[in-house]
Amino acid sequence: MKEIVHPLRRFVRPSVTSTTNCPGCGNGIVTQSILRAIDELTMDIDDFVFVSGIGCAAWIPSPFFNADVLHSIHGRPIAYALGIKMGLPEKKVMVVSGDGDLVAIGGNHLIHNARRNVDITVICVNNRIYGMTGGQAGPTTPRGVKTTTTPYGSFENSFDISRLVAAAGASFVARWTTMHPREMTKSIKKAIRKKGFSFIEAYSQCPVQFGRKSGMNGSVQMMEDYRKRSVRVEKTAGLSEEDLKDRIVVGELVDIEKPEMVEEIEKTRTRAVRRPC
Amino acid sequence: MSSERVRAGRYFMMGNEACAEGALAAGCEFAAGYPITPATEIANRLAARLPQVGGAFLQMEDEISSIAAIIGASWTGKKVMTATSGPGISLMSENIGFAVGVETPCVIVNVQRGAPTTGMPTVGVQGDMVQAKHGSHGDYEIIALCPSSPQEMFDYTITAFNYAEKYRTPVFILSDAFVGHMREEVTIPEAETIERVYRKIPSQGTDPQKIKGFLDEDVAPMPIFGRGFKAHVTSSCHDEAGKRNLIDVSSLDLFVRRLSNKILKHKEDITIVDGNYAKGDVVLVSYGPVARAAAAAAKDAREAGFPAGTLRMATVWPFPEHEIEKMARKAKHVIVLENNLGQMYPYIKAAAARFTDVSFLAPRLIGQIHDPEEIVRKIKEVIQ
Repeated sequence: MKEIVHPLRRFVRPSVTSTTNCPGCGNGIVTQSILRAIDELTMDIDDFVFVSGIGCAAWIPSPFFNADVLHSIHGRPIAYALGIKMGLPEKKVMVVSGDGDLVAIGGNHLIHNARRNVDITVICVNNRIYGMTGGQAGPTTPRGVKTTTTPYGSFENSFDISRLVAAAGASFVARWTTMHPREMTKSIKKAIRKKGFSFIEAYSQCPVQFGRKSGMNGSVQMMEDYRKRSVRVEKTAGLSEEDLKDRIVVGELVDIEKPEMVEEIEKTRTRAVRRPC
Repeated sequence: MSSERVRAGRYFMMGNEACAEGALAAGCEFAAGYPITPATEIANRLAARLPQVGGAFLQMEDEISSIAAIIGASWTGKKVMTATSGPGISLMSENIGFAVGVETPCVIVNVQRGAPTTGMPTVGVQGDMVQAKHGSHGDYEIIALCPSSPQEMFDYTITAFNYAEKYRTPVFILSDAFVGHMREEVTIPEAETIERVYRKIPSQGTDPQKIKGFLDEDVAPMPIFGRGFKAHVTSSCHDEAGKRNLIDVSSLDLFVRRLSNKILKHKEDITIVDGNYAKGDVVLVSYGPVARAAAAAAKDAREAGFPAGTLRMATVWPFPEHEIEKMARKAKHVIVLENNLGQMYPYIKAAAARFTDVSFLAPRLIGQIHDPEEIVRKIKEVIQ
């Protein structure tokens, strides 16, 4: 009998035979969405350079994706990605990392590159906790949740990452959860095609850390919670902040055309040659 | 090389501008930085010049992203640099370790200023000498060059690019506010007379599964992005193929030793020192602009009948202990001159003290270059 091989296996580094994800982790769903998007666009994985930072989500492309992959240090993958895009403007540059990496320690690079509208795609896996280090609170942890660094409950407000990136100036922003893998795949396809800074926020369950700490004891329960709390952005018209307090607004929040930085730099080169200073 | 890249001729030029021109002459294609006194003129010049030759300068949100962006661009095969001062280097430190760990060619210019902390931005000191070597965590070797003049800002920037490419490593230019802001004659030679080194890259079509692109003490070819090498580049402990290994301590041992040995093994090639001394001399050991005061003092002392010589370290890292030892065997006494409280002094003393007496002389005021008269007095003092 012929061995059954997953149709996306061709995108995975041959030497990789297992993942480091915990049982029930949402990383696998996000991974599939990314690879399906590339597959459905009939692109080659070598059309991409992947960049990641530090944390569980950063291990999605590294070492799994069978392409050029730069696994950088904590918080800085978008800054590395910018340099890569400058050197290889014809390649698709995709950052895959977590909320702690991209929004806490790396928040400055996130907003500034959204502002620059650099043509890169950022997939932010938002599990609302520091998973790899054992369940510490982050800037996305909801108020009141007990974590290892907030044992009496988190006392901070949390970021709405997608709104942050939208306000900073990104061309494309979409938010989905691991309960919306097909929608997520579609949005990732759009994000890849978008000329400009495109951002996908993927709510993703971490049953081992966030689940235990928040009292939701398993990925099924957590994903069920995503389903119940999600509301499509199209259906939020007329709803107040209070109405949306515990809801997850999903969908494509921004999809606009605006000048992209790498193309703008090309124009300055023309000016510099014509009128050097 | 186009004439636009190398503007051959004789100029009256600021050290920082000469540095930027040196970068262009060396083939720099991308630079990123953040404004900081006293290094900003390098960024200004690169911002004007790089787009003229198809390159780009990006002003980033901070120094962390500046070095991250150039490391990223280096992985696409570009020659890259950044320029800053001490506070910027402090911010860059973690990423400098990354560049060392994944063997990324890049040039980092530190135009040193009064420190610690915000300090005194327009005054030159040599306060970041050891930071360049030990600023990032862990054991590693670095290359650092110390120019003494605007001409050397030009020349050593080219050397720095060549070393970076040859050894796949970050290379520091350790200048300071005095040399950076000094204006002197700078000669830019004809493009074809300038030696330029380019990193080795695996040949096109090399099987990605067979590429060993890391941890070779004789420098592995760099599997740059965009050529289908499917490079897995991780700063975590890895093997020659880039494969992460976070369990096996013998793998960590190789990771640490090979990266260090890559530089140490080629120390002779990297070391640039100017020795001008004879047996029985009091030898003045210095680097950077202090070497100019040392040369003047040695001349004055000799004219006054006191045997004095100089040893100027242009390469400070890897530390040229062999050249220091060789000098110390001949010297009657070694005086170390630095515009700081003695940063290289312990290293020099460790190499020289077996053979002769070694003493240290700071300038009367930190932030000033030594007055040659002070140095001559010290020479007389150690002789008598």
